[in-house]
Amino acid sequence: MNVPIYLDNNATTPMDPRVLEAMLPYFTSKFGNAASRNHPFGWVAEEGVDYAREQVAKLIGANEKEIIFTSGATESDNLAIKGVFEMYKEKGNHIITTVTEHKAVLDACKHVEKLGGKVTYLPVKEDGLVDLAVLEAAMTTETILVSVMYGNNEIGVIQPIKEISAIAHKYGALFMTDAVQAVGKIPVDVNADGIDLLALSAHKIYGPKGVGALYVRRKGPRVKVTAQMDGGGHERGMRSGTLNVPGIVGLGKACELCGLEMESEAKRLSALRDKLESALTVLEESYVNGNVEHRLPHVANISFKYVEGEGLMMAMKDLAVSSGSACTSASLEPSYVLKSLGLSDDLAHSSIRFGLGRFTTEEEVDYAVEVTLKAVTHLRELSPLWEMFKEGIDLDSIEWAEH
Amino acid sequence: MAYSDKVIDHYTNPRNVGTLDKSSHKVGTGLVGAPECGDVMRLQIEVNDDNVITDAKFKTFGCGSAIASSSLATEWLKGKSIDDAMKIDNMDIVEELALPPVKIHCSVLAEDAIKAAINDFRVKNGLAPIESEKVHH
Repeated sequence: MNVPIYLDNNATTPMDPRVLEAMLPYFTSKFGNAASRNHPFGWVAEEGVDYAREQVAKLIGANEKEIIFTSGATESDNLAIKGVFEMYKEKGNHIITTVTEHKAVLDACKHVEKLGGKVTYLPVKEDGLVDLAVLEAAMTTETILVSVMYGNNEIGVIQPIKEISAIAHKYGALFMTDAVQAVGKIPVDVNADGIDLLALSAHKIYGPKGVGALYVRRKGPRVKVTAQMDGGGHERGMRSGTLNVPGIVGLGKACELCGLEMESEAKRLSALRDKLESALTVLEESYVNGNVEHRLPHVANISFKYVEGEGLMMAMKDLAVSSGSACTSASLEPSYVLKSLGLSDDLAHSSIRFGLGRFTTEEEVDYAVEVTLKAVTHLRELSPLWEMFKEGIDLDSIEWAEH
Repeated sequence: MAYSDKVIDHYTNPRNVGTLDKSSHKVGTGLVGAPECGDVMRLQIEVNDDNVITDAKFKTFGCGSAIASSSLATEWLKGKSIDDAMKIDNMDIVEELALPPVKIHCSVLAEDAIKAAINDFRVKNGLAPIESEKVHH
């Protein structure tokens, strides 16, 4: 076992060597521009892109013509939200999303507001799931788009996508989902799930960084988005720019591998995740954040009360994890996702996200448990809050001097 | 962000972790920060009849820099007179631990904790608390 151990697979994943192998020829011998229609160099590149388009489409149950390649999920989210708003603004100007979305969705929605759009940011329940009744109550005749993420990047909860898309469609709105964390990890089917637009990214599924895709439905209904970049009219006019052929080939291969291995991999990872979680929640005052039934197989988000996340990560030497504590950033605000579950700031500051992945071994999980238990125990010995808790002092009764 | 060697040293081997008897009139306790902000420091001093700090203890909830700042503060406090302890400036801590700008608030908190402990001691012993007029860097 080599240290440090990587348990931050929701941030990014290492590339699978099989993906790299598929990509390599497209950097050198197969370097052509996929848009060069007049010579074999272009044809070879185009073939690579076409094959990748099929691989991506197959993973999400789509037709290959419905896949638009982008630079990543942030671009896909932007293109979907801004592109739908521009294309359908005659029909209505209202978009519904949730407070736990990725910043790429939230900030694209903020942009739409500046352009005169109206956006409803739905709260979530304590377990992180959208309340369907609240969603339905927010729908209006002006609603053109509902955008709800498939699986959450911080807590891993899976939204009731079928039910949400049904509500959107009942009111004549399109349904879009940021499925970055879900695609390749759990079965996603754009038809069964009623998805009109879907954003995905290669580097979360053992592919390269800098490439992603937007699924745009072509039938029932035919969905269009206004391009957000002007140029050569690539990707059916929705996304101009010379195609990143090696990246796209890598994304395709990554999707193929996920499709082949998803079922066994999801079982393996959820067993490891459960092992990690049950070993760590043996600690007093430790809490799993988010719904534990409806969630991705590879994420565990746990708050260890009375210790601060960043300090804790420092003690978890040789483990690469992340924390809902924002102590490292300029803002002192902890994770907005955890706060939206109704978690108090101190519990949000005390959270650690463990993100398991394809290359995580049981030995590594065992080691992570050992290190984490030691770190939490050590830091609680240093924590005045832990001492007060042990003495039975109600921390809420203290007048803290906020700074 | 990489931590300096001194922060890592104080974090890994914190000095003077513990609790003094807060009911003793010789002990001053400073509790500063808030759980919501992700930092709480408790710093305690024990003072002898000559107004010299004979012992100092801390416990801190916070990041590595907050723990290191309070650990360093206890080290500096021991053997100092109350008057000299009042002169400890947060920027001395920043310099000693090579804290980056985003962590300066940890040093401010440590300075606040020192002053709060001293004032607690003063008030317990019938003296007026010292108002700090300092504007933090």
